Amino acid sequence: MKHAQFNEHEVLKELSHYLPAQAPLKDFIHHNTLHAFQDLPFEKATRQAAEMFGYKTLLTLEEYRSLFHAGRINTSILEKIVSARMGNALVDVWKRKLLHEDYPAQQPPRIGALRSQWKRDYRVDLDSLVHPFLFRILCSYLDQGISMWGFPVWHKGFLASIREIERTSLTSFFKSKRARHYLLHHHSLTSLLREVVGNEKYFKQYVFDQQFAHQGWSGMVAVIESDPQALLDRKKISLHDLIVFELLLEIDALDTHFEEGWTPLGHLAGEKPNDLFEEVGSTEHHEVLMLWQEAFEWTYYDEVLLGLKLGSNGKQDSLAKTFQAMFCIDDRECSLRRYLERFDTRCETYGTPGFFNVEFFYQPEHGKFLTKLCPAPVMPQYLIKEKGTRKKHDRDVHFTKHSHGLFRGWLISQTLGFWSALKLFINIFKPSMSPATATSLRHMDKHSTLTIECKHPEHREKDLQVGFTIDEMADRVEGLLKSIGLVKNFAPLVYVVGHGSSSVNNPHYAAYDCGACSGRPGSVNARVVCHMANHKAVREVLNTRGIDIPETTRFVGGLHDTTRDEVVFFDEETLSQELAGAHMRNVLVFHTALDLNAKERSRRFEMVNSKLNLDKVHDAVRRRSVSLFEPRPELNHATNALCVIGRRNLTRHVFLDRRSFLNSYDYRVDLKGKYLLNILKAAAPVCGGINLEYFFSRVDNQKLGAGTKLPHNVMGLFGVANGIDGDLRPGLPSQMVEVHDPVRLLTLVEHKPDVVLRVIQSSPATYEWFKNEWIHLVVVDPETHEFWLYRNGAFAPYDPVEKLMLQADDLAPVFETHSENLPVYLIP
Amino acid sequence: MRPELFIQVFVGIPLLGFLLSLIISRSREMFISRLAFGTIGVNLLAVMIFTGYWLMEGQPTLNLRDFSIFKTQGYEFFVDFCFDKITAVYLLVGSILSFLVTLYSRYYMHREEGYKRFFNTLLFFYLGYNLVIVAGNFETMFIGWEMLGISSFLLIAFYRDRYLPVKNAVKVFSIYRVADVGFLLTMWMSHHLWHENITFVKLNDAAFVNEHLASHSAIGVFISLMILISAAAKSAQLPFSSWLPRAMEGPTPSSAIFYGSLSVHIGVFLLLRTFPFWEHQFSIRILIGVLGLVTSLVATGIARVQSTVKSQIAYSSIAQIGLIFIEVAAGFENLALFHFAGNAFLRTYQLLVSPSVVSYLIREQFYHFVPREHTVEDSLPKRIEYSIYMLCLKEWNLDSFMYRYLWNPMKAAGNALGFFSVKRVVVFFLVVTLLGLGVHAIAPVLPDAFVRSLPFAFALLAVTMVLKSFTERKNVLASWLLIIANHCLIALAVSFNEHFGLDHIVIYLSGVVCFGILGYLGLLRLKMLEGDINLDRFHGYVYEHPKVAFTFLLGCLGIAGFPISPTFLGEDLIFTHIHEYQYGLAFLVALSFILNGLALIRIYARVFLGPHVKSMYEMAYRSS
Repeated sequence: MKHAQFNEHEVLKELSHYLPAQAPLKDFIHHNTLHAFQDLPFEKATRQAAEMFGYKTLLTLEEYRSLFHAGRINTSILEKIVSARMGNALVDVWKRKLLHEDYPAQQPPRIGALRSQWKRDYRVDLDSLVHPFLFRILCSYLDQGISMWGFPVWHKGFLASIREIERTSLTSFFKSKRARHYLLHHHSLTSLLREVVGNEKYFKQYVFDQQFAHQGWSGMVAVIESDPQALLDRKKISLHDLIVFELLLEIDALDTHFEEGWTPLGHLAGEKPNDLFEEVGSTEHHEVLMLWQEAFEWTYYDEVLLGLKLGSNGKQDSLAKTFQAMFCIDDRECSLRRYLERFDTRCETYGTPGFFNVEFFYQPEHGKFLTKLCPAPVMPQYLIKEKGTRKKHDRDVHFTKHSHGLFRGWLISQTLGFWSALKLFINIFKPSMSPATATSLRHMDKHSTLTIECKHPEHREKDLQVGFTIDEMADRVEGLLKSIGLVKNFAPLVYVVGHGSSSVNNPHYAAYDCGACSGRPGSVNARVVCHMANHKAVREVLNTRGIDIPETTRFVGGLHDTTRDEVVFFDEETLSQELAGAHMRNVLVFHTALDLNAKERSRRFEMVNSKLNLDKVHDAVRRRSVSLFEPRPELNHATNALCVIGRRNLTRHVFLDRRSFLNSYDYRVDLKGKYLLNILKAAAPVCGGINLEYFFSRVDNQKLGAGTKLPHNVMGLFGVANGIDGDLRPGLPSQMVEVHDPVRLLTLVEHKPDVVLRVIQSSPATYEWFKNEWIHLVVVDPETHEFWLYRNGAFAPYDPVEKLMLQADDLAPVFETHSENLPVYLIP
Repeated sequence: MRPELFIQVFVGIPLLGFLLSLIISRSREMFISRLAFGTIGVNLLAVMIFTGYWLMEGQPTLNLRDFSIFKTQGYEFFVDFCFDKITAVYLLVGSILSFLVTLYSRYYMHREEGYKRFFNTLLFFYLGYNLVIVAGNFETMFIGWEMLGISSFLLIAFYRDRYLPVKNAVKVFSIYRVADVGFLLTMWMSHHLWHENITFVKLNDAAFVNEHLASHSAIGVFISLMILISAAAKSAQLPFSSWLPRAMEGPTPSSAIFYGSLSVHIGVFLLLRTFPFWEHQFSIRILIGVLGLVTSLVATGIARVQSTVKSQIAYSSIAQIGLIFIEVAAGFENLALFHFAGNAFLRTYQLLVSPSVVSYLIREQFYHFVPREHTVEDSLPKRIEYSIYMLCLKEWNLDSFMYRYLWNPMKAAGNALGFFSVKRVVVFFLVVTLLGLGVHAIAPVLPDAFVRSLPFAFALLAVTMVLKSFTERKNVLASWLLIIANHCLIALAVSFNEHFGLDHIVIYLSGVVCFGILGYLGLLRLKMLEGDINLDRFHGYVYEHPKVAFTFLLGCLGIAGFPISPTFLGEDLIFTHIHEYQYGLAFLVALSFILNGLALIRIYARVFLGPHVKSMYEMAYRSS
């Protein structure tokens, strides 16, 4: 083994890097589940992660083969890929392997092998002796507000609190004397490892084995250690403290089990396992899986590229626009935009990350904390406050802790108990909004005012500037408009529509809101950016920068509820009478489009009959969002596969089945790729993160996903587990990913290949995504309409293999009868 | 027509629904769920109409003596139903909640692996529940009681390919088994007290009860204590409380209805039912009241420190049931019934909305956060505060209690028999059996005292068999055979008591033999397919061989005296032949029944449940 010397600090850092990095539930932010392996090429990373941690990182051979037999993997594309990777001469040999060869089942993973010797050689099940108690103490310490009587010592840090209790209390955490002594006398992590493992050579591997036996809890601790703000009720904890305490519990368990003493694990003779980190060699099995994976992906991409080739038209109509609407790039908005354009052929829609280029902290009125409303990595310097709210917060006594007390519980169960039966009855037969529902409308009161403009930059709160100055506003509006290419021909009304969702009984509610707003609804951002763009002084500055917004044009903010397919608009009362009329007309267009959108979505819901009339279907869809018994209020980002960065006419006539992130971008406004870099910097981690989290939660729902959500139990308000003494389950539950096809994201950029290459290479963090093939990249040359595929540091031309494309005037009949992924269609 | 006849309907409808649900194809989700909520809905309607009629008639206590299953001189096993206020309340609450939860689960369970299995088990539970509620005597109630136990096991282990659900299901089953034995001993002593299978209606006759108890007060106390043990175990009172939170492993609606409401209130029901029996035993009433009080205090403390939603609800429900125990002991029957209904509804709803707690409480916290509120306990001296906190966090060591004082000693005893190889055990068993039969032949000429000590001696040997089976780690077939050996020796032991005719032995052993062979064949088949199977770990073979698993489960149930096998009757018969002064023998037989059931469920769980032995991949972590 390489690491003979045990460096505590280094090992903890490395461990933290490998552990799941999922934040507490309230801040669900999608990320690449295999982020620790992102510096490796996708193929190698999936191999390495599988061997080290026992993850299933791709589909199984049987799954690929059945996809092939179902016609979901195209033979000629398969052959093309095999030929490209293995050589033309070997196509038949490899095809036979792909289709018929049997490969032995994978060996047990490396992780856990060392520590499993407790069971094998000592016949002691250390996990079952230590885990339940350890989890219980961790959960009680970190608890955010479930318990009525919280951890009695809390501000000193985890281990110090434990020590304080142990010193003072009449009862002990331990059964034996030695562990207690070690705790009270501050024995170091290394010295404890010497007791348990003995041989320094195995320290690191032991610590990894131990922490990966409950990677959910360890990952949560690592996240909270690095970002204490992840919890509203802050808790000081570190991996170091966790490992020390766990080692103490292990010593205690072993001392109790072996009264006569025991030898440290590392001193025991016998075969020792391989080094956990040793590089994993390539295997034919994995090569075969990768060939299948690529063929599966390209079967779909090829169809999409053909669609774009046949469906895009260069002609730009010059008619005056009725309205323009900006949405989030979110894949869930793609169909709504399609319907708006269908019902009002003179409207234009745009897509841009849903924080609309305004980054700030938001403090709702009476809110005790700040909420970050921009992509997770950004650290805003601004604060927006809400004032003058009218809404009251509803309460539900079922969630109060009084019902768990003895005497109040006695009263409540005999009174409220009967009311509960009625409530349950009503919710089953006629579900409706209740305080239990998590809805995006509560994020901001529609009638409140926001402190958007900063007149006194010296006015700071919590080290943040309250509001934006005129110049700062202008910068943001300019950035937004130029990045999407909307710099002239403004319609009288420009809508900026954020999105959020509504669901009930859904601990993962934050994952349903806008990823670009750190898992919150985008309503405040939409309203803020509209205020800026409507500001007279801001427009004057913009004018000097080449953006001339006519005085008659107004920006209107809105919020689209993606679960219920409803939309609300803000500050409508400030519109002139004339615009108000036009607005009324547009609202009708929105409503029709939302009805149709709901119908299109309903095809995936087996319990909704899509053949009913529009109103009924929409009602059924709305009902899902407030039904306690509905584990799939919406399907969120499931099936996402594409990210198109370019003008709308590239995709306007292609049916992409809500599988695409659409980021508007006009290369003509940005010949040097300045804005493109910003777009890609955000799109790669946000869209790539979403895509890969779905990918891995789908291929291994048990180890990389959260399993089925039906038995989930909420732990301390920050995580979920099965039952009461299980490990936390990071990742996505099966109900969210079951319809997802695990394909990597294909990013399409409309620009010159050489510009794009220069742009991606200028940011190493962004470049890593493409270089290591975590995301595929194809460039569409706006002048020649040729496709260029990025591979190994350069662009090579790509021509779709297939030549024929489905066409449809109206897809409604298809929606009524098909629930699976639909092929690409050309639409009018 | 006599109104009593209608009571049968409340068992008949669920039975029909359950049987039908078994034969529907598993792919037909809609049909399965419609059948389930149709069955429960129709039954609910029937219960409501009948209750209305019964109210108008002035709430008479109805009793229906149904058919006899077995009758011989001095012994009759008959099915009996009764209907009174307690029945009405429990039936209504049970049907309303089951109906709502079935409707809820229709959508909630959509596309879940095991959709059909869920509704099968739900209907089976409902059938068992109704049978317990309308039972008119202990024997009938015991049939339903056993159904509740097994359906609980199946629902906790619903996610049977994960480690923790299976482990916890076995744990809960072991506690239920204690309740079963309390029940068996209650039936045993009752036979001797009344010299008949007493109906609950007769217990209402105070003069009749007093007359019997006057001369046998010790027996009265014994029966009451056994009833209390059963009730406390089923209703998660001290010292059994820790099973309830651990039962929350299935899908949320099943946890809500079983462990939030219906199943956990069955202990209360048993107390209400038998109230007229122990009403005049003042010490027992005090004991029940004190148990309820201590439980409610301890459970409230534990509930206060829980940081997971479901365990918090579980412990606060236990605390409320403790209060209901006090109410029952104090004779406030109406209050207890009212409290039961309210608590059942409240906890079901709280469990069903428990996932919402995140968004609700986080929002609450966002607007009203106060850094760690001062709690009552903070005013205590630190030393006391920390100590109590730790005790509550450790659940007052209740979870390890059963292990430390019951299962571990038994395992130690079993392990002490390690020198007894399987071969030796078989030889030993054959020698003992032949010897026993031989002694039988010459019994008349042997000294009386010697013959009288024989039952105890043979029962002791029987217990050794099952202990050995319970701790066997390698040979699954041997473990199975030892269970059968245990039954044979029990039969032999009791046969030394007079009046135990051949027909009784046939009834008892025919079930054991038939189902023993069935289970043996199942294991043999599995061995043929998979090679040797040990009992050292979970194997999860139900994943690959669901049919073998089902066959084997039937075998287990048959041998364990589940009411599909004559052994069920046989167990009762065996107990009738144990004299009221043979406490030692009764204890051993009861112990062997506990261990027997545990050994069976252990084999089933280890061989067929848990993470599948062959696939490392796509299996959840052990800790999750």
